[in-house]
This record gives sequence, C-alpha cells and structure tokens, in this order.
Amino acid sequence: MDQRLAELRDTAPAVPDRIPISLVVNGVEKRMEVAAWTTLLDLLRNTLDLPGTKKGCDHGQCGACTVLVDGRRINSCLTLAVMKDGCEVTTIEGLATGDVLHPMQQAFVDHDAYQCGYCTPGQICSAVGLISEGQARTREEIRDLMSGNICRCGAYPNIIAAIEGVLGGTAPAQAKEDPA
Amino acid sequence: MRAFSYSRAESVADALKGVVGHGETKVVAGGTNLLDLMKADVMRPTRLVDITRLPLNRIEETAEGGLRLGALVTNADTAHDERVRSRYPMLSRAILAGASAQLRNMATNGGNLLQRTRCYYFYDTGTPCNKREPGSGCGAIGGVNRIHAILGASEHCIATHPSDMCVALAALAAEIRVTGPRGERTIPFEAFHRLPGDAPQIDTNLAPDEIVTAIDLPARGFAAHSTYLKVRDRQSYAFALVSVAAALEIEDGKVTAARLALGGVAHKPWRDQAAEEALVGRPADAGSFAVAAEAVLRDARGFGHNDFKIDLARRAILRALQDAAASETP
Ligand SMILES: Cc1cc2nc3c(=O)[nH]c(=O)nc-3n(C[C@H](O)[C@H](O)[C@H](O)COP(=O)(O)OP(=O)(O)OC[C@H]3O[C@@H](n4cnc5c(N)ncnc54)[C@H](O)[C@@H]3O)c2cc1C
Ligand code: SF4
Ligand code: FES
Ligand code: FES
Repeated sequence: MDQRLAELRDTAPAVPDRIPISLVVNGVEKRMEVAAWTTLLDLLRNTLDLPGTKKGCDHGQCGACTVLVDGRRINSCLTLAVMKDGCEVTTIEGLATGDVLHPMQQAFVDHDAYQCGYCTPGQICSAVGLISEGQARTREEIRDLMSGNICRCGAYPNIIAAIEGVLGGTAPAQAKEDPA
Repeated sequence: MRAFSYSRAESVADALKGVVGHGETKVVAGGTNLLDLMKADVMRPTRLVDITRLPLNRIEETAEGGLRLGALVTNADTAHDERVRSRYPMLSRAILAGASAQLRNMATNGGNLLQRTRCYYFYDTGTPCNKREPGSGCGAIGGVNRIHAILGASEHCIATHPSDMCVALAALAAEIRVTGPRGERTIPFEAFHRLPGDAPQIDTNLAPDEIVTAIDLPARGFAAHSTYLKVRDRQSYAFALVSVAAALEIEDGKVTAARLALGGVAHKPWRDQAAEEALVGRPADAGSFAVAAEAVLRDARGFGHNDFKIDLARRAILRALQDAAASETP
C-alpha cells in the first residue's frame, strides 16, 4: 500500500489539486472543488452525501450507479465529475416530490420489484430514463433496453412488470408476475 | 485511478494544441472505455483533454448524398437518428446491439472507433501482454483464448476489436475524417484499424497527435437488404463472439452488389472484398452464400478455446446473408 502510494505520487504530474465546478443536483445548485479523477459517482456518494446511488462494479458493467444527467440515464462510475460541470444531475434521492413517490418508485413498491434493494436505485433511474427516451414499446424492448441494469437477486420479472405498468399508464399491484 | 491533469478544449485547435507533443496525453469523450482502462491501470495518461464541448456533435448531409456523423454524437443519438435508421438500418442495428442504453448515451462515435480490445490479459496487469507492454509476450496464446481472433492474428497478438458499430461501418465503406497539426485528411475505413503484426500496441493508423472529427457514410446504405447479426453469450449487454454485417443489392434474384464484414474474429473489423465480389452475379440463395462463407474463412485458424468460432462464423455468415436477402425494410 505504501509503495503503491509512493508510486502514485511519483507519477502524479504537477496539477492544481482541485478544479471548481458547479452542478445542479436534484434541483439544488452545488458549487465545489473536485479532483480531476473524482468520478461523478464518488462525488455524489462521498462529497454530496447522496449514498442512494450505488457502486456495484465501478466499471460500467452493472448499472447500479445509473443517474440522470440532463435527463438522460448514464453510468456515473464512468464519468468524471469535472466533465459534467454545468449539468443537471438527478439521483434516486431527487425523484420524489416531498412525500409523494415518483410514479416509477411507486410502481416498484406496488410490484415488489426488488429483493435486497442494492440494484434498485439504478434500476429506477434507468427506467425513468427509458420512459423518456420513448424507444420501448413491447416487453421484449423493455428487457433489452433495461439490460444495462443487473440484478443479482433476479427480481427481473417484477422489475419489468413495474416498468410496463408505468409505460402503459396503469400500475395495478395485481399485475405482479410472481404472486409470492 | 492515478492522478492526472485535466483541461477542457474549447475548440478543435485548442484540442490539437493540448495533444501535440504530449506523449502521455489522451483526449476523453464519453469516457466509457478510457476511464475504465485507467481504473484498471492499463492506460496511464498524465493529462486528459476533455473534447466533449467541441462542435463535433451534429449529423449532417454530405454533398455526395451521404451522412456525416460528428465524432461527438453519442452512439444512442446516432442509432436513433431518423436518417440513419431509414437509410442505414444496418448501422443503427449494430450500434443498438452494443453495450447498454446507459453506455450508449455516453459513448461517442469517435470513442467507439478507438475503443480497445477486451482481451482479459490486456486488462490484467499481472500477466504478459504485447499490446499493453510491448515485448512482454502474449498471455492469450497458449492461455485462455475463447474470445480471441481466428483471422489475421500474429504470433504477437491474437486480440479482437470489440466494436459492433465498426463492423457495420466497414461494410458500408465509411470514411474517417481526422485532423492534426499536418491538416485534415480522410482515412478509408479499411485502413483505419490495423492488424497486430509485430506492433500490436498500435491499434489504428490515427497518429497520436490527430483527432477524429467525423465519420462519413457514403450515399449507398443498402437499406433494402441488410442486417447485423450478433452472436454472444447472453442476448443483451455482452460483446460479440462473432458478428456479421451483411448487405446486398438484388435484381431479378441475382446479387448485383454485396458487402460482408465480421466482428469478434480479428484485430480489426474484418471485411472480405474477394468474397463480396464472388457473390456478384450469382443467385441470392443459400448455395451462393455458403460459398461466400467458405471464402471468408479459408484462412481461419483457432487457438484452442476459440476453435468453435470458425464454425460459428460460417453459420452466422450464411444466416446473415439469408436474412439480408429476405429483408425488405428493417
Ligand atoms: C460494460 C461495457 C460493455 C460494452 N459493450 C459493448 C458492446 O457490446 N459492443 C460495443 O461495440 N461496444 C461496447 N462497449 C464499448 C463502448 O462502445 C465504448 O466504450 C465506447 O464506444 C467508447 O466511446 P467513448 O466516447 O466513451 O470513448 P472514450 O472512453 O472517451 O475514449 C476511448 C478512446 O478513444 C479516444 N478518443 C475518443 N474520441 C476521440 C476523438 N474524437 N479523436 C481521437 N481520439 C478519440 C480516447 O482518447 C480513448 O483512447 C462496452 C463498454 C462497456 C463499459
Ligand atoms: S492477445 Fe493481444 S491483447 Fe491479448 S494478451 Fe495477447 S498481446 Fe495482449
Ligand atoms: S457501478 Fe457503474 S456500472 Fe457498475
Ligand atoms: S434486488 Fe438485489 S440486486 Fe436487485
């Protein structure tokens, strides 16, 4: 570890430690200084105290870190915070209006679309992005366009049902795939 | 990730100034490949030039009747563009077969061309790899090589190029527009990516001080008869084991023009012009397509775990050509 730190120091170029940026996060403007190598994910979780966005793989392979940037879903683990200077970021913490859940959050509750819940914030943000992209019409299309979100618990049938409910404008709890 | 310095280019000239003469400098666009490789300690730039604010984010008509895809247009916006969809459905399909919706929202056209191999040894800094560390050897030859090349490999590297989009671009005979300190130039798609030879560390013929500004699609889009077939371990969000971009023009049941390119089989998107030419004038049927498949794979060679790819490629070519012949509209 010490050797590794020393190595990092040796190869580090002389750079200003911190770069000023501003972001609108869940509707609130935030000004801060960040290191160039801070990912948007780490900024949200560690600096802005918004731990709802999860770190699964940190390599773009699981979707747990999905957030909306200027309304589009992206993997926050493969994005540098400095690169998003001036953007609007919405995380799972920003979807509800007061105590009223976002329709997608409500649909996940109604359809019991999670087990351990670790992938859920990413699934919900991704599903919100999917709806606004307007490319998914059928169940097959939803499945394909949600493939960037892995669920280790395998809650997929209920996740897809929740999204179908919102997409179809109906979110009946009875539409659950798995009655257990 | 190791420390690095960061600057944001405000213009193309600014970006070139940032890149020129800085061996350890990399431009960053979507970041989905570069940041991943930096986290894995495979790539270690000491400076990043952020090019995302450059005005290379448009899709425009060309004078020749084709489309110019800006280097910074995202893969998602390209695939969903109405003109791309209707005139180049094979390209749209190929892009949508790659990565995930989130990644495609970040990934750019320029970055997609320049993404690096997914060879496991390339990613594992504890093993030898001539691409990562020239002269250290190749972990995949004699190692686990299920995802590796069956065509055009060398004794120094048997990696494959992982892109889906690039396979369709090869079949369309796109051109890459680049700019650098020596001015602008256009690189035919075939000449953009390289075979490994004895210098697998060099993926493409883009000079280190040049940047990609756009991809030009020729007018001919093969919209009536084309397809992209991707075979992989899971149905979505997985790289290709073998993929095929197939495009035909057919008159009175006879092939009048053909394009055939493969992904997942070589260090570059593998287009076979001899096989294409051999199809011209022949009936658009399974018999002709089987001959074409044999021709593409005449020099194919496996390395053990990937031997199955030869048969898989043969069948995939046959099916893709049949699907292309049958398709009227995407
Ligand atoms: C989990 C995962 C799964 C994936 N699955 C697939 C898949 O199935 N199929 C597929 O095709 N792809 C897949 N990808 C790869 C993805 O398509 C690429 O990472 C993406 O296209 C790269 O684009 P980018 O803009 O993010 O590039 P960056 O990461 O920003 O850059 C990549 C490289 O290109 C250089 N570069 C970028 N733009 C320019 C430019 N204009 N001029 C010169 N150099 C430039 C950078 O310096 C860097 O070296 C996957 C990626 C991940 C993480
Ligand atoms: S196949 Fe190429 S990239 Fe993979 S270990 Fe060998 S030299 Fe490296
Ligand atoms: S943490 Fe970002 S995709 Fe897994
Ligand atoms: S609910 Fe446990 S990972 Fe999805």
